[in-house]
Amino acid sequence: MSDSETADLETFRDETRAWLEANCPPEMRKPATSDADVFWGGRNAKFSSEPQRIWFERMRDKGWTVPDWPKEYGGGGLSAAEHKVLRAEMARMGARPPLSSFGIWMLGPALLKYGNDAQKNEHLPKIAAGEIRWCQGYSEPNAGSDLASLQTRAESDGDDFIITGQKIWTSYANYADWIFCLVRTDPAAKKHDGISFVLFDMTSKGVSTKPILLISGYSPFCETFFDGVRVPKSHVVGTINRGWDVAKYLLQHERAMISGMGERGVGRPLGQIAADSVGTDAQGRLDDVMLRGQIARFDVDEAALAACAERAVDLAKAGQAHPAFSSAMKYYGTELNKRRYEILMSAGGVDALEWESERSKQGARPRAWLRTKANSIEGGTSEVMLGIVAKRILDLPGA
Amino acid sequence: MALVLTEEQSMLRDSARGLISDKAPVSHLRHLRDSKDPTGFSKEFWHSFAEMGFAGLLVPDEFGGSGLGYVEAGVVMEEIGRTLMPSPFLATSVVAASALNRGGNAAQKSEYLPKIASGSLLATLAIDEGAKHRPLQTSLQAVRAGNGFKLSGAKALVVDGHVADLFIVAARTAGSAGEREGLTLFLVNPAAKGVAIERTIMVDAHNAARIEFANVEVTADSVLGEVDQAASLLDGVLDIGRGAVAAEMVGLSDEVFGRTVEYLKSRKQFGKLIGEFQALQHRAAELYVDIEITRAAVMKALQALDADVAKAASAVAVAKAASAVAVAKARAGTTATRAVQEGVQMHGGMGMTDQFDIGFFMKRARVCEELFGDANYHTEQLARARGY
Ligand SMILES: Cc1cc2nc3c(=O)[nH]c(=O)nc-3n(C[C@H](O)[C@H](O)[C@H](O)COP(=O)(O)OP(=O)(O)OC[C@H]3O[C@@H](n4cnc5c(N)ncnc54)[C@H](O)[C@@H]3O)c2cc1C
Repeated sequence: MSDSETADLETFRDETRAWLEANCPPEMRKPATSDADVFWGGRNAKFSSEPQRIWFERMRDKGWTVPDWPKEYGGGGLSAAEHKVLRAEMARMGARPPLSSFGIWMLGPALLKYGNDAQKNEHLPKIAAGEIRWCQGYSEPNAGSDLASLQTRAESDGDDFIITGQKIWTSYANYADWIFCLVRTDPAAKKHDGISFVLFDMTSKGVSTKPILLISGYSPFCETFFDGVRVPKSHVVGTINRGWDVAKYLLQHERAMISGMGERGVGRPLGQIAADSVGTDAQGRLDDVMLRGQIARFDVDEAALAACAERAVDLAKAGQAHPAFSSAMKYYGTELNKRRYEILMSAGGVDALEWESERSKQGARPRAWLRTKANSIEGGTSEVMLGIVAKRILDLPGA
Repeated sequence: MALVLTEEQSMLRDSARGLISDKAPVSHLRHLRDSKDPTGFSKEFWHSFAEMGFAGLLVPDEFGGSGLGYVEAGVVMEEIGRTLMPSPFLATSVVAASALNRGGNAAQKSEYLPKIASGSLLATLAIDEGAKHRPLQTSLQAVRAGNGFKLSGAKALVVDGHVADLFIVAARTAGSAGEREGLTLFLVNPAAKGVAIERTIMVDAHNAARIEFANVEVTADSVLGEVDQAASLLDGVLDIGRGAVAAEMVGLSDEVFGRTVEYLKSRKQFGKLIGEFQALQHRAAELYVDIEITRAAVMKALQALDADVAKAASAVAVAKAASAVAVAKARAGTTATRAVQEGVQMHGGMGMTDQFDIGFFMKRARVCEELFGDANYHTEQLARARGY
C-alpha cells in the first residue's frame, strides 16, 4: 500500500469512527441477547425498539447494511481495505449489525456473481434496504449432507416451471417473503447436473410451511411444502441445470458467515462472567481451578481463530485463498462456539438450568446453549466440512 | 468383589427395567412437561414403585425397607436414566433415606424411615446455596433460640423441593463459610412458618425448587446427627447421591448411545447407511469405550460405598469410597456430556428437534452434571485427596 493510500485509509478510519460514535445508539453497542433483538427486515418487519430502528435506518442510508456491495445496489461501495476498517471500528465499539439477513449473507453474493442484470436490479436493493426477507430452500428429508440428491421437481410448462416437493429445516420460512430454492429440473441427468437455483415469492399459490420446534423451545425453522407452485423461468439464477455451481458458491458464503460465530463473543470475557457466579480467590483468580484452565484455553483458541478469520478475508482479497477454506473455518468456528456455551453453562451452574423464570430471562442461557448445538449441523455438518478439507484441500485418496 | 451384577442384582435390574420402560418411557416425561404437571412426577406410579420395594430399597428391614445396598440403588438409577423418569427415588429413597438412616436417632428413624419405605413420605436434602455445588460454603444460619434454633438463608436446586414433606437442611451453627466445623443438619417441615418455596421449572423438566428460610423455628429434636459436626455425615450422604447420579448418567449415556447406533444403521445419505462412514464408526466405537470405562468406575464406586458401610465406616474405607466416587462422578459427567453431544450431532437436523427424544437426554445430562458437583469439582477433589 502506498503512503497516500495509507493516509487515505487513516482519514477514512477517523471519519468512520466519528460517524459511528455520533450515530450508533448506546443500546446498539452490545450484542443482541435474544432473537427478538435481531432485526431481520422483510415485508412484515417490526422494530423491537426505537434505537434498533434508528440504527438500521442510519446504516441503510449510508449503504452500510452491505458496506462492500456496489452503490448502485444500495451498498456502501467500500473497498476491501475500507470494509475491514469499518468492521474493526464497529467491533471496537461493540456495535451490532443493523440488519441480519440471508439475503446479505447468502443470496446477495450469489446474485452478484451469477445473477443477470434484471435479477440484480430487482433483488439486491431490496436486500440492502431490508425490504424483503429471504429463506433458504436447500435441505430435504432425504437430502441433508447429500444435498445433491434433492428431489423437489420443477417441470417445464411453457415459460414457467411447476414446482412440487418438500423442503425441511427451512429457517424462518414462516416469516420469509421469498425463497432461494434448489429444484431438480432434469431427473435424467447425474445428480449434480440436473439442479437449478430458482427464486420465488413465498406467497405464491401452493406454498405452505409448518414450523418445527427446536430443543431450545423455539421454532425458528419449518417444513416447507410446494404443491404445483408456478414460477417463471426467468427466476432461475445462472444456467438451467447448472444450479449446483450457484448453490456451492452460496454455501461458501454461508459457511464463512457461520464460522464467524466462533469469534462473536457474548459481550464480556467468559472469565468475568464465570467470576460472577463462581467467585474469585484472594489473588483475584477464578475460584475454580479447572474451569479457569478451560476458559483460558478457550480464550487462546478464540484469539487465534479471530486472527485466522482476518487472514482468510485478506487472503481471499489477495486472490490466494483456497476456495474450500471456508469449510475449515466453519468447522472450527462452530465447534468453538459450542465450547463457549458449554463453558457458560458450567460457569452459570444452577442458575443456568432455569428454563422459565423471570430471573433467568426465560432461560435465555440454556436456550442459547441448546441452539449452539445446531451450529455444527446447519450449513453443512462438521463431518461434511472435514470431508471437504480432506478431499479438496488435502486431496487425500478416496476422500 | 467381582465387578459384575449378582443374580439377584440382575433380577432387580430386569424388574426395574420392565416396570420403568413399560410405565414411564421418555414420553411420560414429555407428557409431564407439556401438561405442566403440578407435581412433576406420577404419584400413582410412585406407589407401584413403592409396592415393588423400590422406595425403601436402602431402608433397613426393621423399618419396613428392603435393606439393600448402593449397588442395587445404582441398578435402579441406571434404569431411571434410560427413560429419564422423574421420580422421588433419588431425593427421597437414596439421599434422604441415607441421611436419616446414618444420622438419625432411634426416634427419627422410626418416625420417618417406614414412611419412606411405604412411599408415603417424600424428603429431600437442601444443600446448595450458590450457583455451584460447594457444600462447605454453606452459610444458611441457624442460631440458638430458646430450646431450639432459628434458620435464615436460602437454598437452590432442592430436588423435589415443592412436593417434599420433609427437608433436611444443611445449616451453619458455628464457624464461617468454607469450614468443616460448624455444620449441622436440621429436619424441617416445609409447612413451617417462614419457609417460602418457589418451584423452579428446569431445563430438564425435572423437579427442583429454591427455598427461603426466614427465621424458621425448629426444636432441638430436629437436629439430625450432632450439632456442629455434620460435615462427615454430609460427605457420606453426598457421596451416595453422587454415586446414584453417576449411575443415572451411565444409563442415560448408554441409552443415547444405543439410539444413536440404531440411527447409524438406518439413516441413509450418499446411497449408504451413515454407519458405513468410518468417520462415524470410529466416533461411535470411541464412545462405546468411554461408556464402558465409566460404567466400571461407577460400579467400583457403588461397591466402595457398600464396603464403607460393611466396614463400619473405617477411615480407610471412607477415604477409598470418596476417591472412587470422585472418579465415578467426574467420569460420568464427561461421558454423558460426550454421549449426548454425539447423539445430537449424529442425528443431524433431526437431533435438534423437540419432537425427537435425544434433546431430553442432553438436558437431563446437564442437570445431572451440576447435581452434587460437576466433573471439574470432582477432578479437583481427587487432586486434593492425592495431595497435589
Ligand atoms: C438450526 C438449523 C437450521 C437450518 N436451516 C436450514 C435452512 O434454512 N435451509 C436449509 O436448506 N437447510 C437448513 N438446515 C439443514 C441443514 O443444512 C442439515 O441439517 C444438514 O445439512 C445435515 O443434514 P441432515 O440433517 O439431513 O443430517 P444427515 O445428513 O442425515 O447427517 C446425519 C449425520 O451423519 C453425518 N454424515 C452424513 N454424511 C456423512 C459422511 N459422508 N461422512 C461422515 N459423516 C456423515 C452427518 O455429519 C451427521 O452427523 C438447518 C439445520 C439446522 C439444525
